[in-house]
Amino acid sequence: MKTAVIVFPGSNCDRDMAVALEQVTGRAPAMVWHRESELPDGVDFIALPGGFSYGDYLRSGAMAARSPILRAVSDAAGRGVPVLGVCNGFQVLTEAQLLPGALMRNAGLNFVCRTVPLTVANSQSMFTAAYGSDEAINIPVAHHDGNYFADAETLDRIEGEGRVAFRYADSVNGSARDIAGVLNDAGNVLGMMPHPERAIDRAHGGTDGLRLFEAALGVLA
Amino acid sequence: MKVNVYVTLKPGVLDPQGKAIHHALEGLGFGGVADVRAGRFIELDVADSTSDADLDAMCAKLLANTVIENYRIERA
Repeated sequence: MKTAVIVFPGSNCDRDMAVALEQVTGRAPAMVWHRESELPDGVDFIALPGGFSYGDYLRSGAMAARSPILRAVSDAAGRGVPVLGVCNGFQVLTEAQLLPGALMRNAGLNFVCRTVPLTVANSQSMFTAAYGSDEAINIPVAHHDGNYFADAETLDRIEGEGRVAFRYADSVNGSARDIAGVLNDAGNVLGMMPHPERAIDRAHGGTDGLRLFEAALGVLA
Repeated sequence: MKVNVYVTLKPGVLDPQGKAIHHALEGLGFGGVADVRAGRFIELDVADSTSDADLDAMCAKLLANTVIENYRIERA
């Protein structure tokens, strides 16, 4: 299992993501700088980490979505390689149009940084198969721009297609229909604002994020 | 040649920043404000030969996120 973490100037959860991937696969991921135009050969899983790529200039994730490596990520996603975008990584995936919708400033205008309860809305995806249907889990969030927006038609479509992976159990940031995580139509790209890589060790205060990596990386016991 | 680009939220998209600005104006005693919408102004300095199609592509591909924003291009 060969994994890669994309690193942008301003990424700050890239090392946390690397720790999670290494813990689950036993192998350190390749750390791929945004200016690369190609991914390492044979990458089976790509993670876009949290942070503030390019200082959130213009819009969160906007510049990163136009960086050279994103063309390679987009090609890989099109071939079915799993791609996980967390927090800023989710913003990058929407800006790159690999996922529908957009992430706007939190409705309350505050940066929200705490562990929040989520509901697993689709437990059939490759990322969520280790959770129960409608299971309640707790995962930390830390973001200013997590307010998910899409037009009503798009929201109806992605809900109808089971592409909402996670919902906030409580109101966190004003997201449309409490959406916390979204899948692409093929199911191999997941973007989510909560940080599963920050909930993989009892010392983190919870381990509910671990099963996401175990399911997606195919190493379920 | 200077080109002004105005990026604004689409009608119907909630604007928490505009709301906060509105509240702050009310706090300063400006009572006659019905609504505030915040947007972004971008000034480009481009070759005179730059086509309308190129300017439009710049906006659609990067300067605006057309999921949530409209844009207006004005040659200054």
